[in-house]
Formats: sequence, structure tokens, C-alpha cells
Amino acid sequence: MGKGEFEMTKAKKISANHSALDRMSHGDKVFEVINCIFLGIVACIILYPLIYVVSASFSDAMSVTSGKMILWPVDLTLENYQEVFKNDNIMRGYRNSLIIMASGTALNLVMTILAAFPMSRRDLWGRNVLMKLMTFCMFFSGGLIPTYLLVGKTLGLMNNWLALILPGAISVYNMIIMRTYFSTSIPYELHEAADIDGCTPFGTLIRIVLPLSGPIIAVIGLYYAVGHWNSYFSALLYINQENIQPLQLYLRKVLTANNAQALMEMGADEAARAAMRAETIKYSVIVVSSVPMLIIYPFVQKFFVKGVMIGAVKG
Amino acid sequence: MKNGDNAKVRKRMSLKQFIIAKRINRNWQLYLMLIPVIAFFAVFCYAPMYGITLAFKDYKVLKGIMGSPWANPWYKYFLQFFQSPYFSRVLSNTIIVSLESLVLGFPLPIILALSLNEVKSIKYKKFVQNITYAPHFLSVLVLVGVIKAFTNSDYGIVNIVIRKLGGEGYNWMQKASLFRPLYVGSGIWQNIGWDSIIYIAALAGIDPGLHEAAMIDGANRMQRIWHINLPGIMPTMVILLILNSGHIMNVGFEKVFLMQNDLNLSVSDVIATYSYRIGIESAQYSLSTAISLFNSVINCALLVLVNTCSRKLSETSLW
Repeated sequence: MGKGEFEMTKAKKISANHSALDRMSHGDKVFEVINCIFLGIVACIILYPLIYVVSASFSDAMSVTSGKMILWPVDLTLENYQEVFKNDNIMRGYRNSLIIMASGTALNLVMTILAAFPMSRRDLWGRNVLMKLMTFCMFFSGGLIPTYLLVGKTLGLMNNWLALILPGAISVYNMIIMRTYFSTSIPYELHEAADIDGCTPFGTLIRIVLPLSGPIIAVIGLYYAVGHWNSYFSALLYINQENIQPLQLYLRKVLTANNAQALMEMGADEAARAAMRAETIKYSVIVVSSVPMLIIYPFVQKFFVKGVMIGAVKG
Repeated sequence: MKNGDNAKVRKRMSLKQFIIAKRINRNWQLYLMLIPVIAFFAVFCYAPMYGITLAFKDYKVLKGIMGSPWANPWYKYFLQFFQSPYFSRVLSNTIIVSLESLVLGFPLPIILALSLNEVKSIKYKKFVQNITYAPHFLSVLVLVGVIKAFTNSDYGIVNIVIRKLGGEGYNWMQKASLFRPLYVGSGIWQNIGWDSIIYIAALAGIDPGLHEAAMIDGANRMQRIWHINLPGIMPTMVILLILNSGHIMNVGFEKVFLMQNDLNLSVSDVIATYSYRIGIESAQYSLSTAISLFNSVINCALLVLVNTCSRKLSETSLW
């Protein structure tokens, strides 16, 4: 970012001083143009499916399925969305998912802070051993069946939302990011000063560390929130009562099992038309289910990137 | 301060000792905080590891993991897996799908990052970056749903275009030969931007002085990218390659599972989905655990192997 500007002024200065370098700036311009075109193509390839899905969700079923709609909405309509919002299963799944996401993320954050804060303290005896035990879990795990037996049978969490939020309460990777942030961006002297002034570790955490760690808590919280919103597999394993299933599980029925017809009250519509409608409704379902992420995304994109970078410090 | 008299030093020492003593007294709070954390790791990470003994036992539902008798011979379930007709199929599918994802998915984010790094207009750079990150936030289900809708034989946009060009439309998901391209391609589409972030961060850390010196020596853009930027992000590349190699046998289970159907099973059946079918659908817990253990052990072995090689060759390693 700042580096780009720096390079630019440097290049100007240099080309003013050295005539030999003038020729290069021409080559540089060609390079620049080709590079920008290349990135434009990449952006288009990535953007096109997203635009298509949104456009199709607002278009008439006939236009979408006949191929009249290629990029922008044709025969604008809200019918597809009306069908989606009429559907009780989707609304219930939405509510369930929101509750699971909120409570799960709260638990994740509390547990991750409780792990990261002590681990960031140099004066914690046994820190290295604990750290090794935790990172080992990143590379090796009990696997599907032992976890399934533990959560489903031993702990008896079948059809209980706790089965969705407890087993993943701490992600070691996120914990390491947070610990790195605590230990690099909050000077150790602050801890010492707090100590001398008679502040307990708990008080230091509440009064000093947490107020200084707003951005990282937001980033990690959002990583967890996205994870909860998008996860379906643990629900597939542990939740089989329909009324407590999260949205993603219902999406699975609609999107991957060719069951979109189930969404619609089959009336006088002939079968072919119903099938077309079903295809288009899928697009609205996709948009509706991704809306929370789409709303969050523009606001936090910057922080997300920072989170990855903090993580990169420690590899 | 440096040449302070003895009394001062003694005073400071005793103060320090006082602080240390006080700190040890006070650290109990830190350990108190760690209690729920340690409990979590014990219950949800290490208890399932004990459950791995299932792979060596004849599991009886009523007796539980501990009470079930040991299998005779102890490698009974591993043998059953190795001798099953599916063994070679799932093993080769797993390796091929992951290697294809790695070989194609690893260099592309690097190219994207190098290219983004050369853009001078900050606005344009931000614009492209924001677009490329977006698909990362879609769920696997939505991704697979989109693939299915796009390649639907009658109404999918892909087939509509093919028909307009004079070709014949068909359901792509039902073609075994198209499973891998769709899997790898959609993975790249979803993650190319996100994976490039770490390289962009590494590129921002390269000393601008190097570029300056190279420019004075007459190096052009490509030469500077090749001789300065690429070596500059090499350690990051190596670390990520090592980490990825630890996941060679863990293909994205959730995505494969959703993309799988009877018609592409011959190429889409991987170790993880096989172990899911055996374990959850047919409740053969011991066999399924043996299969996952085999998978985990190979993963760990690969990680250690690649890490050792890398330490010898490039002096970059995880530990």
C-alpha cells in the first residue's frame, strides 16, 4: 500500500536522473496494463457466478431456465422470495441457526480468551508443555467415530445444540492468533506495571488486555461466527429432529437433493413449470441463506485480512 | 543508574524478588482460567484419542469402548480394510484428488498475490481483492448447490450456453470424468483470493531498498519479481507447503460428500467418505476407526517427512 507510493516516487526520481532508465518505464507501462487486464479477467471470473445467482433469484423462472437471463435480472419479480419466506422450515432453520451462531460464538470467545491470556504470559509455569499439548490437537485427532461415540453416546448430546457448539469450543489456530496478538501488541511492561499496582491477573485481563484487544476479538469472533453459520456436518450427525435443525441442514435437502419442489405448494401449475420454478427458487434460497455473511462481509473484510496477517507472524 | 551503589542494587533486587514471590502467589488465577480450557482439551481432544483403541477392539455396544474385548489378531480391522475391494479405489482417489488440488491450488494464489502487488492504483487493487475474497464466505453447501444448479442438464446456465453453441447439454454432476475438474476448479474459485492474503502480507514485508538497488542496476519488473519478490516469500511458501502436505490425505470431506452420487462414486469415493459410510451408516465402528487411524497416521508421517526434507534443503521448518 504505502510501498506502492514509495516505489512510484522512487521510480520517478530515478528516471529523471538516469536517461538509461527511461526506456524501462515504457516496458513498465506495458507490464502495468497487461497486469491490470489479467486481474480484471480474474475478478470477472470470480464475480460472474455471484452476480448470476443474485440476478436469477430476482428473475422470472421462465427467463432463467430458458437462458434469456445471462447477467442482469430479466422480468424482475419477487415471487421467488415470496415462496422462500412463506416456507416455515426455512424460517425456523434461520432462527435456529442464529441462536446456535450467537451462543456458539459467545462460548468460543470466552474459551479462547481464557486459553490465550494465560498462554501469552511469560511468567506462566508449564506454558510450553501446555502449548505443545494443544498444538498436537491441530495435527492429530481421535477421528470421526470416537468423537461421535463420545458426543452422541457417552455425553448423551443427541438432538442437543450443545453437540454443535461444545466439541469445537476452542480452535487451536484461532487461539494461537489471539495469543500472538496479546503477547506482541500489548507490552509486557503493562502487565508488570499492573502487577506492581496490585492488580490481579484477572483484573489485568479485564481492565487492560481486553480493552486493548477490540479488533482481534472482533476478527476471531467473526471467524467463529462464519464457521457456525456455514457448518452442517455436525448437525447431520447429531441433530435429527426437524424442528431444531439449523438452516444448513434444510439447505442440504433443497439444494443438493433436487427437492426444491418440496418448497412449493403444487397447485394448478403443470409439472414442467413447477420444475423451472423450483430451479429458480434455489437461487433465492442461496441468497437468503448467505445474506448474514454478505451483510457482515464489507464491514469486516479489512479486519479479516489483519487476522490472517497476525496468524502469519507465527506461521 | 548503571553505577548505582550497592544499597540501591540490593534494594532493586529485593523489590524484584518481592514481585516474583507475589507473582507466584497470584498466578493461581491464571491456572484457574486454564481449568475449563484443560477440561475442554481433555474431553474433546484427548478422550477421543483414547477412543482410537476401538480400532484394535471388537466393539460391543453394551460394553462400551473400555469393556469391549481386544480384537484377535490386533490388526484384524486393518487387514479387513487392506483386503477390501474398495481399498485401492479409495486410496488412489484420495491421493489423486488431493494432489490435483495441491498442484493447481497452491501456485495460483501466489501468482495472484505477485500480480496484485504490482498494481499501482490502490483503489483498483482493493477492488480486485474484495471480489476475490468474497466466495470464501459461502458455505460448502451453497457452493455445491451453485455447482449443481449451474450444471443442471435442462436449466443450468452452463448447459444453456453449450446448447446455444450447438453442443449437447448433460448433467455434469453425473459424469464421473467431470468430478475432479469440478471439485478442484470450484475449490480454486472459492479460495484463490483468501489464500493469497498471506502472500500479500509477506510481499509487503520485503525491503523496498532491494527493489531500489535492483532498479539502479537496470533490472526490469519481471526480473525484480523473479529475483526479489519470489525469494522474499519463499519461506512463507515452504511453511504453507509443509502444512498442506499434512492434509494430503484429508480431502475436503464435506465437499466430496455433498458432490458424491452413485454415478461418480468410482472417482469420488475417498477414504473419509468410505469411513463415514462404514462407521455412521453401517455402524461398523471398529473398522471405521481403523480406517481413520490409518489416514491420520499417514498424514502425520507425511508432515514429518516433508518438514524434515524442507529443514535439510531450505532451512525452513515448522519445528
